[in-house]
Amino acid sequence: MSEMNGGEVSPLEWKFSQVFGERTAGEEVQEVDIISAIEFDKSGDHLATGDRGGRVVLFERTDNKEHGGNRRELEKTDYALNRHPEFRYKTEFQSHEPEFDYLKSLEIEEKINKIRWCQTANGALFLLSTNDKTIKYWKVQEKKIKKVAEMSMEPSKATGNGIVATPSVTSTPKPHLTNGFTDKSYTSLSNDLLFPPGGIPSLRLPVVTSNETNLVARCRRVYAHAHDYHINSISNNSDGETFISADDLRINLWNLEISNQSFNIVDVKPTNMEDLTEVITSAEFHPTHCHTLAYSSSKGSIRLIDLRQSALCDKHSKLFEEPEAPGSRSFFTEIIASISDIKFGREGRYLLSRDYMTLKLWDINMDSGPVSTFQVHEYLRPKLCDLYENDSIFDKFECCLSGDSQRVATGSYSNLFRVFGCQSGSTEATTLEASKNPMRRQVQTPSRPSRSLSSITRAVRRGGDSTSVDANGNSFDFTTKLLHLAWHPTENSIACAAANSLYMYYA
Amino acid sequence: MSMVDEPLYPIAVLIDELKNDDIQLRLNSIRRLSTIARALGEERTRKELIPFLSENNDDDDEVLLAMAEELGVFIPYVGGVEHANVLLPPLETLCTVEETCVRDKAVESLCRIGSQMRESDLVDWFVPLVKRLAGGEWFTARVSACGLFHIAYPSASETLKAELRSVFSQLCQDDMPMVRRAAASNLGKFAATVEAAHLKTDIMQIFEDLTQDDQDSVRLLAVEGCASLGKLLKPEDCVAHILPVIVNFSQDKSWRVRYMVANQLYELCEAVGPEPTKTELVPAYVRLLRDNEAEVRIAAAGKVTKFSRILSPELAIQHILPCVKELSSDSSQHVRSALASVIMGMAPVLGKDATIEQLLPIFLSLLKDEFPDVRLNIISKLDQVNQVIGIDLLSQSLLPAIVELAEDRHWRVRLAIIEYIPLLASQLGVGFFDDKLGALCMQWLQDKVYSIRDAAANNLKRLAEEFGPDWAMQHIVPQVLDMIKNPHYLYRMTVLRAISLLAPVMGSEITCSKLLPVVITASKDRVPNIKFNVAKVLQSLIPIVDHSVVDKSIRPCLVDLAEDPDVDVRYFANQALQSIDQVMMTS
Repeated sequence: MSEMNGGEVSPLEWKFSQVFGERTAGEEVQEVDIISAIEFDKSGDHLATGDRGGRVVLFERTDNKEHGGNRRELEKTDYALNRHPEFRYKTEFQSHEPEFDYLKSLEIEEKINKIRWCQTANGALFLLSTNDKTIKYWKVQEKKIKKVAEMSMEPSKATGNGIVATPSVTSTPKPHLTNGFTDKSYTSLSNDLLFPPGGIPSLRLPVVTSNETNLVARCRRVYAHAHDYHINSISNNSDGETFISADDLRINLWNLEISNQSFNIVDVKPTNMEDLTEVITSAEFHPTHCHTLAYSSSKGSIRLIDLRQSALCDKHSKLFEEPEAPGSRSFFTEIIASISDIKFGREGRYLLSRDYMTLKLWDINMDSGPVSTFQVHEYLRPKLCDLYENDSIFDKFECCLSGDSQRVATGSYSNLFRVFGCQSGSTEATTLEASKNPMRRQVQTPSRPSRSLSSITRAVRRGGDSTSVDANGNSFDFTTKLLHLAWHPTENSIACAAANSLYMYYA
Repeated sequence: MSMVDEPLYPIAVLIDELKNDDIQLRLNSIRRLSTIARALGEERTRKELIPFLSENNDDDDEVLLAMAEELGVFIPYVGGVEHANVLLPPLETLCTVEETCVRDKAVESLCRIGSQMRESDLVDWFVPLVKRLAGGEWFTARVSACGLFHIAYPSASETLKAELRSVFSQLCQDDMPMVRRAAASNLGKFAATVEAAHLKTDIMQIFEDLTQDDQDSVRLLAVEGCASLGKLLKPEDCVAHILPVIVNFSQDKSWRVRYMVANQLYELCEAVGPEPTKTELVPAYVRLLRDNEAEVRIAAAGKVTKFSRILSPELAIQHILPCVKELSSDSSQHVRSALASVIMGMAPVLGKDATIEQLLPIFLSLLKDEFPDVRLNIISKLDQVNQVIGIDLLSQSLLPAIVELAEDRHWRVRLAIIEYIPLLASQLGVGFFDDKLGALCMQWLQDKVYSIRDAAANNLKRLAEEFGPDWAMQHIVPQVLDMIKNPHYLYRMTVLRAISLLAPVMGSEITCSKLLPVVITASKDRVPNIKFNVAKVLQSLIPIVDHSVVDKSIRPCLVDLAEDPDVDVRYFANQALQSIDQVMMTS
C-alpha cells in the first residue's frame, strides 16, 4: 500500500507546457487530423499520437537530451529547477490506409485506434498501431543517407564530385550489353572463372560517403485477418515477445515475430448472436505478471484472467463489478455502466476503469468493490436523455494513472479533463481545459473533511458533486470532447488531445 | 577511378551493385560475395572487402541476412583459418541488429567459423567477442552472446573458463526476458562443453534459477533443457537434480509448462533409468494424461506410444492403458484425435492378447467417434492394425466407418477418406473391396465438389494400378464409361478425366478398344468444354496408342474439332494436332 498512504500531498498546480497543431480561431478541423490515440513510451522520452487519417506522429523529449549524462542523477540535481518534459516533433508516417473488405463488403477505416510502444533496440523505436482490423509493427530508425562517391565503372562520367548511385548504375547494363555481353553471360559469371592468385588490382570497391541521416519508418509485420469485429485494444506482454488484440467478442494472443498465426484466448461470442448481452470494450496485460490480463465489458465488469489456467480462458480468475445501487435503475443505467477504458498502474496492483460518469480505482486484491470512485461530470446526469439522443452517451473516454499511481486523470466535454488524487485523504479534484490557459475553468475544489482510514474500503464519491461546475455560465459543448490523454510514466506531465491539437501540461 | 578491362565488366558491375539502390541487385551481389572476393584476391578481401562489409550494417534485413550467411563460409576467401579472425567484426555487428533471423544467422556463422579457428585465435579473438556481446548495451547483443559460449568455452584457460561461466550465469539473470530465454535455450549446448565438476555446481545452479523464473516463457525453455542436461549427468545425479524439477514442472501452475513436460517426458526416462521412471515419471505422466487442460492431454496422448515403448508391458498395461481407455472418450475431440493417430503403435508393446482384449475395444470405439478426424486417424494407420491382429476382427466395424466418412457432409473429410482408399484396398484385399467399396468409388465420381470428383478419378487410377488391368476392366471401366451418358456436362467431364488417367495403366489395347471410342463419341458433344477436353484427352492418348490408330481415329476427330465454331475448342484441337505432327516426325 506504499503508494496509497504517503503523507499529505497538496494538489498539483498544472501549467501549460506545449501545444502541437493548435487551431487558429475559426479554423475548420479536418476530420482526418483528429487525434484518436496517444501513448508515451516506457521511458517517457517519446510520445506517439495516431489520427483518423491513419497517420502516426512521433515526438521526442528535448529537455534532458543536451545533458547527455545519467538522467536519474540529472533528475535529482535538477529537481529544484523544476524542469518539465518538453517534446519536439520527431517524425510521422502513414500507418494505415483506407481499405475495402471485398468478402464482407465492408469499408475499413484507416483511423488509428490504439498505439503501443515495444522494446527499443539499437536506438531504433518499435511500436504497434492498429485500426479496426489490422495491427502493424513499425520500426522507426535513423538511416544514413548514402552517396556512392566512387565506383569501378563509369570511367567517362566520373567527374570526381561524387555521383549518386542511381543514375550511374542504372545505366550500366546498357554499355555492357553493347559491348557484346549478353545478360546470360553476366549472370552466369561462374565460380570456376579463373582469377589470378593476387586478385585483379584494377577492381575497386565503391566508396560510400554519408554525412546525413534521416528517420525512416518501416512496417516490419502486419497482423491481419484475425478479427471479425472491431479491434478496441492492443497490449504488450511483459515477456517482450507476445501481445494481445481485443475486439468486441474475442481476445487473440500473438507472438511479435509471427504474423500469420494467433491464438484465441477469450471468446465471449454466444452460439446464438441473439443471446448477446455483453461485449468486450478494452483489454490490458498486467505490467509485470506475464500471465495476467484484464478486460472490461459493456456491462461494467472487469475480469482478470490467468493465462496459466487453460488455453481458452473462458473462466475468469477474478471479477470486479460494483453492485447496482437499489432503486437507482433507469433506462440509462446499463448504457452508462459500460467501461470505455481500463489501465493498470505501474506496479500492477491498481486498476483504473472509466465508465461514462465515473472513474473507478480498483485494488486487484479486493474484488468486493472499487477503492475509490470519482465523479467526472456528475452535472450531466440530468442531461442523459439529450446525451442519448445525440449519441454522445456512447463516447469512449480514456483514462490514465500517474507513474506513482497517486493520481488519475480522464477527459470530459468542452475540452475539459479532470485530475483526481487517489491517496487516502486526498481531496484533489482539478478540472482543466485543454487550452493555453488550463486553469481558466478551474473550479473551487469542494473542501471536505478528510476521510477516516476505515473508509478506504468503501467506495467514496467525491469531486464533482456540485452542480455549479458550469462556473462561467457557458453551455457545455458536447462536440468538443476530450477522449484521449496519457500521463507521462515518470513525471507529472499529461498529454491530451483536443480534436486535432495535442496539448501538454506539467505540474 | 579506373578503367576496367572489358572481360572484367561483369565482376565490376557486381561490385558496384553492392551499393545499388535496388535491393534485388544488392542481394544478388551479396550472394556472389565469394566471386567478388576471389576477384579481389585474399589480401584485398581481408583489407578492403571485409571492412567495407563491416560498415554496411544498416542495410535492409534481407541483405544483412544474406551477408551473415555468406560470411559463414568465407574462410577460404580470406586466406584460410589463420586469417579467420578478420571475419569476426562484421558478424559481431550483425549479432546486434534487431531482426531475429539476421542475428540467428550471424550466430550460426560465427559458430561455424569459431569451430574451425585455431585455439590460440579463439582465445585472442573469439572469447573477447563473446564477452563484448554479453556486456552489450542492447539486449540484442546479449541474446546473441548466449549462442556462442559453447564455441568459446573449450579452448579458454581455467580462469577464463570461470569468467565465462559467471558471465553466462549473469545472462540467465538479465533484466530482459528475451536474454533469459536465449540463455535458457542455449544452456544444454553450453553445459555439454562444461567439465563434470562445474556441471554439478555452476550449471545446476543456473538451471535451478531458470526453473524458478517469473516468466512462463523462460520456464518453458528450461523444461526443454531438462532432457539435454539429464543426458549429460550420471543417472544418480540426474535423479537427484533433474527428476525433482521435472516432477515439479509436471504440476506447474501454467498449462504451457505442463504441456512442454508432456511432450518431453519420455526423453527423460532413459536418462534416469528404469527404477525412478517407474516410481516417479510414470505417475507424473499419468497425471498429465488426466490433466485439466485439454492442450496438455493432447500432448500427452500424442506420446502414449513412445512412452509405452520405454516401459515394460506390465507397467504399460497397468498404468497407461487405463488412461488410454479414459482418453478414448475424452470430452475434447482433439485429444481423441491425437490418441487415434498413435494408439495403434501400442499394439506391439502390449502383445497380441492384451491388444485384442483391451486395445481393440478402444480402437473400435474410436472408429465410431462422432468426430471425423478421429476416425480418419484410425483408418490412416490401418496397416499397423493389420500387422498385429489382422483385418478380419475389424472389418465389420470398419465398413460402416468408411461409408459414413465417404458420405460426410464436409468435402475435406470425403477427400481425406478417398486418399486412403488405395491403402484400404491393399489391406482389405480384392474380395472385400469389390463387395463393399466399389460402389462408393463410383459414387464419388458424381460428387457435387470438383476436388472430390478429381480425387475420385485419381483414386480409380491407383486402384487399377493396385489390382491390375484385368480387374479394372471388370470393375471400373464399364461403370465409368457408362457415366458418359450423364445429362450434366461436368460429370461427363469427370469421365474424360478418368479416361485420361486410366489409359496409361490399362495399356494400348484396352485404350483403343474401349476408351478411345467413348472419347471420339464425346467429341460430338454439344458443350464446348467437353469438346476441348476431348482434344486434351486425345493429345494425352497419342503416346499410348499405335500410329495407325492415331491416323485412323484421333487425327480425323481432331481435324473436325479444329473447325469448331468455338475458339477454345479450335485452340486445343490445334495443340493436339501439332503434338501429333511432332510425334510422327521424331519416330
